[in-house]
Amino acid sequence: MSYLTDRKRASGMGSAKTGTEHHWSMTISSGALLLLIPLFVFTFGPMLGASYEEVTTYFARPFPAVVAGLTIIVTFKHFAGGVQALIEDYVHGVAQKIAIAVMTYLSYAAMAVGLYAVVRLAL
Amino acid sequence: MADVNRGNRPLSPHLTIYRPQLTSITSILTRITGNALLISSLLVVWWFLAAASSPEYFAIANGVLTSWFGDIAMTLSLWGLWYHSLAGVRHLIWDQGVGLDLETAYKLGYAVIGGSFLLTLLTIAVI
Repeated sequence: MSYLTDRKRASGMGSAKTGTEHHWSMTISSGALLLLIPLFVFTFGPMLGASYEEVTTYFARPFPAVVAGLTIIVTFKHFAGGVQALIEDYVHGVAQKIAIAVMTYLSYAAMAVGLYAVVRLAL
Repeated sequence: MADVNRGNRPLSPHLTIYRPQLTSITSILTRITGNALLISSLLVVWWFLAAASSPEYFAIANGVLTSWFGDIAMTLSLWGLWYHSLAGVRHLIWDQGVGLDLETAYKLGYAVIGGSFLLTLLTIAVI
């Protein structure tokens, strides 16, 4: 049984160099979400199941619209970072790169659609 | 790095050998809730898109989100959202280098679980 592996196998395989940045970005977005999520839950929640007229009137107001817009931006940014960490843990090789790419694109696409809808409701 | 030859070394025991504990369960639930919230996030975005499009489209999306399926999905998501938020706060505390001892970690774990149910019931009561 060989307890030591080749040094060569380890060289160049050290820090990915961007881990701190990723962690800090998740910290910043989580701090923002701690404020945004309660605001969103209690503005969006009462509107779920309300009539079309009520919903369009409500989200034409500045506060609910800005809360919804900000929540959509930060949530999908936070999700893209979180799902990346998930994929990096369980998927490897080419499949990992493809999975991260697909989920990143999905996150930003959902963010764009959500923002488009909120802006259209607000204006 | 599954494709790297690690040599014929003894490996540390893997996940399945350990007895589930409060710390490990609350940890994996943080990941599960966070990633599962994608489903309701997309449903909510779809609801906004429908509301911004037309009354007819809104009726469809609003109908799906308030159907029995929608009620179950949104209620589970609400719990997942509060759980993930509280578990996130626990991580922010841990990031400061405090509360990492076993006793505090367990207390925080119970607080996260209890708090998530409490906040869910509170939210349903208010909304």
